[in-house]
Amino acid sequence: MGTDLQALYRLMLRSRRFEEAVTKLWEAGKISGEMHLGVGEEGVVAGVVAHLRDGDAMALDHRGTPPLVMRGVDLALLLKEFLGRSDGLCKGMGGHMHLFSAQHLAASSGIVGSSGPLATGFAMAAQYLHPGNISVAFFGDGASNQGMLLESFNLASAWQLPLIFVCKDNTWAIATQSPKVTGGDITDRARSFGLEAAEVDGSDVEAVYAAAGHLIERARDGDGPSFLLAHCPRLEGHYLGDPLRRANMMELAGPLMTAFVAQPGASVAERAYSLGTLLSLVGKTTVEKNWRRHDPLDKARRKLQSQKSGLDALEKEIEAEIRLALETAMMEA
Amino acid sequence: MAEGKKIRTMSFAGAIEDALGQAMASDNRIVIFGEDVHGLRMNLFVRFGEKRVRPTPISESAFLGAAVGAAMAGLKPVVEIMMVDFLGVAMDALLNEAAKLEAFSGGKWKAPMVVRAACGGGYGDGGQHEQSLWGWLAHIPGLAVVAPSTPADAGSLMLTALQHDGPVVYLEHKLLSNYWLEYLGSGGRTTVSYDIPLEGANGPVPDTWEALPLGRAVTRREGSDITLVSVAVGVHRCLEAAAALEKESVSTGVIDLRSISPLDRKTICEAVSKSKRLLIVDEDYRDFGLSGEVAAILLEAGLTFKYGRVCTEGTIPYSRNLEDAALPSTGRIIEAARKLL
Repeated sequence: MGTDLQALYRLMLRSRRFEEAVTKLWEAGKISGEMHLGVGEEGVVAGVVAHLRDGDAMALDHRGTPPLVMRGVDLALLLKEFLGRSDGLCKGMGGHMHLFSAQHLAASSGIVGSSGPLATGFAMAAQYLHPGNISVAFFGDGASNQGMLLESFNLASAWQLPLIFVCKDNTWAIATQSPKVTGGDITDRARSFGLEAAEVDGSDVEAVYAAAGHLIERARDGDGPSFLLAHCPRLEGHYLGDPLRRANMMELAGPLMTAFVAQPGASVAERAYSLGTLLSLVGKTTVEKNWRRHDPLDKARRKLQSQKSGLDALEKEIEAEIRLALETAMMEA
Repeated sequence: MAEGKKIRTMSFAGAIEDALGQAMASDNRIVIFGEDVHGLRMNLFVRFGEKRVRPTPISESAFLGAAVGAAMAGLKPVVEIMMVDFLGVAMDALLNEAAKLEAFSGGKWKAPMVVRAACGGGYGDGGQHEQSLWGWLAHIPGLAVVAPSTPADAGSLMLTALQHDGPVVYLEHKLLSNYWLEYLGSGGRTTVSYDIPLEGANGPVPDTWEALPLGRAVTRREGSDITLVSVAVGVHRCLEAAAALEKESVSTGVIDLRSISPLDRKTICEAVSKSKRLLIVDEDYRDFGLSGEVAAILLEAGLTFKYGRVCTEGTIPYSRNLEDAALPSTGRIIEAARKLL
């Protein structure tokens, strides 16, 4: 496939527009439960997935939609799955957190960190059965504190597996700020296990593409596993309807003030620190809502300004594709 | 049970928080830690400070294991694992450490800790976030497992768990705990709805919390023709079924186990020895679990009775329709009960 910026932008835009359609269905109550979007991390996913070919494997986390969309899974099949239909990708059994496509060697899990061991196994199979093929694990900075992920770093390194660990660092571990619960530096950790490691601005899809290309090439050549940390924004909170984003301080104020004065308890200073911590949690999510300067699509679009007519055509083409997928998914019963 | 005094009411979640507040105020060894507890337990965080309400990384095996050590060394941890499903990541801490300590030390060392986790389905989140797993946990000697069905029991059983001298898994069903259902189900939407047992989600609570004895079931409804035994949300489904069966002149008793381990054999045996018919309603998996265990203890007691069970039989589907069919429902209970009559 083409690998210029426009091609990467196309991957990202399809994913973004698709997840926007998913958002509308979720808001209308047609999709149940949680909905974790990959909005904001498309630059990381596109920069990696653009290098994959048939036979390469992906282990995904709870934000599995963008990698599957970019890998070419049928959009209507995905939509039907989200709608809980028996003709969906997984017959309505999995939903967005548990998406599987054997054809694409792509598997997801809602258990944080579990993509590490899974990708390690995919890489074992590739090393043994199909040298030259590779596997990728997608996960976040939150998952980087899971034992099973760190154990996978070691296993992949000890066995020199063809595997790339891709950490989408959005600075959050669900509703806890990652730096508050993370010791040391995640990239240093990876290096200390003997992984080739790189850091990149995940909102710059070209930078991700270049960095991932080098690491994937190494893996295909049998030169061992690697780690790529890509900084990216979390534009839609942990999931749609994130309570931190909806926090109504007027509603919370009453119980919090009651708690602030209840006796016995901590010192006034400790209580004030707690209140400050809560305000900063809510404040950070509110700021991130408007973090469009870190949006990988906006960045790419700015660089592509000179090709305005091409962008308009692309936009129309993708809108039409998604409209068709929606019609297909809603139509057949 | 609350009796006599003027009645205050609370939500299920509010009762747990209120009881925890009362306990933490009287015992400063109680500490809460787990995923996202600053946001989840913000009122307790403000009152008791960071030292006692501490968020963890997503490192279940480390912080659950740390809870065992902390308990052994003098703290009383209430360790939050978010969803009971995530215990899979950290089973060593429960299975081979917490549960074994008392036996291995010849009874000389104990780990008084509460593992708090949300459980249960009914909101379309799929089979990695909606399991019950109480039977799976209760299988392990050395672990106590409780799952309340009303606000009054939710608060009282939290005190029970805190006063117990060993590890207790405290399960909070998401259809009863309004904030969990709001966070994981509706997410602020008004376009979705759930079959919430109203008397489980809100209800009367005592003015001051007192611990219930551990392992004591309660008869929610007397009945002579058939005994329904359940726990958590299943109790409310049974009560609905019992009301429907009454219209068919079937006198239906309902027992709320409250504690899966230890199991209140006496209450179950007494009821079934009279009704001679037992239907277990268990949201946990059918095979090798609570439903078979209850049958076994009755047989061991020498009782003869007709037996049926309504359980979750396979992986819980994501699709709301498929999920509704998979989880024990009032309709399935009525149908199964009729077969025993």
